[in-house]
Amino acid sequence: MWKPFPYLLLFFLGFLSKAQAQLTIEIVGGTEGAQPIAVVPFGLNTGGVQVPDLAQVIAADLARTGRFNPMPRRDMLVTPHRAEEVDLRDWRLQAMDNLVIGEIARRPNGYYAVHFILFDVFQGKELENRTFRSTHADLRYTAHRIADVIYERLTGQPGVFTTRIAYVTSTLGSDGERVVLRVADADGYNPQTIVSSRDPILSPAWSPDGRQLAYVSFEQGRTAIFVQELATGRRERVAAFQGLNTAPAWSPDGRQLAMSLSRDGNPEIYVMDLASRSLRRLTDDPGIDTEPAWSPDGQHIVFTSGRGGTPQIYQIPAAGGQAKRLTFEHDYNSRASYAPDGKSLVLVTRVNGQFRIGLLDLNRGTIRLLSQGDLDESPSFAPNGVMVLYATQYQGRGVLAAVSIDGRVTQRLSQEGEDVREPAWSPLLR
Amino acid sequence: MNLNIIVPALLLSVLVLSSCSSNPAQGRKAGGGAAPTLLGQGSTAHTAGLQDHGLPPAFSDPRSPLYQRVIYFDYDRSDLSPDAVEILRAHALYLSTHPNRRIRLEGHADERGTREYNLALSEQRALGVQRFLLAEGVGPEQLSVRSYGEERPAQLGHNEAAWAANRRVELVYP
Repeated sequence: MWKPFPYLLLFFLGFLSKAQAQLTIEIVGGTEGAQPIAVVPFGLNTGGVQVPDLAQVIAADLARTGRFNPMPRRDMLVTPHRAEEVDLRDWRLQAMDNLVIGEIARRPNGYYAVHFILFDVFQGKELENRTFRSTHADLRYTAHRIADVIYERLTGQPGVFTTRIAYVTSTLGSDGERVVLRVADADGYNPQTIVSSRDPILSPAWSPDGRQLAYVSFEQGRTAIFVQELATGRRERVAAFQGLNTAPAWSPDGRQLAMSLSRDGNPEIYVMDLASRSLRRLTDDPGIDTEPAWSPDGQHIVFTSGRGGTPQIYQIPAAGGQAKRLTFEHDYNSRASYAPDGKSLVLVTRVNGQFRIGLLDLNRGTIRLLSQGDLDESPSFAPNGVMVLYATQYQGRGVLAAVSIDGRVTQRLSQEGEDVREPAWSPLLR
Repeated sequence: MNLNIIVPALLLSVLVLSSCSSNPAQGRKAGGGAAPTLLGQGSTAHTAGLQDHGLPPAFSDPRSPLYQRVIYFDYDRSDLSPDAVEILRAHALYLSTHPNRRIRLEGHADERGTREYNLALSEQRALGVQRFLLAEGVGPEQLSVRSYGEERPAQLGHNEAAWAANRRVELVYP
């Protein structure tokens, strides 16, 4: 039934020419316990060419994690750009743990050299001292790379500032609903339209190499699963069987797509081999089986099943076998996905009639709540496992939120005048 | 439980006030949809006649079960209430005696719970209605099923009344 279905996205051009709405990020949680760090405005040696404020991008990246508390610029008594201009006593007096300085130089060939140094203020030593080469267009990206380096050096975990997020926006106009699948940088900048439709789009899922998105789109009134290459916009319809074609999830090796199909009369979990398009059916029961997700080692698939009367999370070997129930707390658990270390699942759980994001510890079998909304959904882990991105309601509108898994800090990503939902955090894109 | 009665009743009164041309399925556009037209305008009545071309007068008679083209469900359930059975029997009788008539069953869910699960739930509702109609003698070629999950609410709003109105299967006569 499914055939390659290449599309030109020409008819979206009119839409693209409008100013692109952008997500704005607010940090909601507190910063107590966050490490003080000073990110001094970078020196400019660009021959008068305007460049983005890289120090501000870096400071904002670090602040959003809740683990760093960047010093306000108005409190900076000196603004060094080079090592020889630094007197660490200045920063000790202001109780900074770390200091970042840098400089942007424009080369005759048009490239930019972005140099930065990260200091440990109290030990009085340089922790990082590097130069990145960048085009003008990539300067913001270079700032995210520097933030990644700083984050990893100071926390021991990879930074995720160079990653991206996919999400769906919906606007209700006089001519009906406009649904757009977008991809933006992790800080909400640089939003790009992936597909735009009058009909629902849901469940975007990143390929492990970050180059493709699978998603569900209603076209001609029915669900179909598409796989789209981000760089070219070319897409293929991989599943459009009778009934529902939903919930795509990539295997960690990128070769298989798990999905829920009701072609045999009832939603069941299938695994499609993407090269041959052959299907393997994993479940067989009269209840709803949907929302599959792979374990990081590719050995297991978790999914939501209504077989026990209420939706609960089950696990099945990816090669096929017996399904095992994983959730026993709360009467509604769904849309689970694994933490990058495979030790926990993030899921949607109902407590006292409210739908919240929960973290299921796979060893203990207990669920810890991460969110406080009443209609929270679609959680996904950041690729370094320290934050969870999900959809929630704020002032009657759909917005995204990211919460640190210690629950300490929450950031809210919203877009003026639009509902934002169905977020998915990309893998690391190095 | 009372909502199951109140909501259809409210929908009904809205529909009577709006143009006769609307069937319940068309009254669903969030935020109002088509502008209501005043009764008593000749041109409006004419339009209604065109839109319901081929459907007998019972479909526009609020006292007839055929007038009711939305079936409502309880939360996370897809079984049919006694009210639903009565409405569906009337449609089954009409369809089995008019084998050229086609009908589309559009399943929906309220916004609570996850989107993918709600898609499946809305399909189960529509398939339940389909099974009932088949058992009542409607031909399989007369029926088609669509599932919209929580993506096409009849009512916006995050409250019991909106949720009750959104857990539904719409019977759409093209």
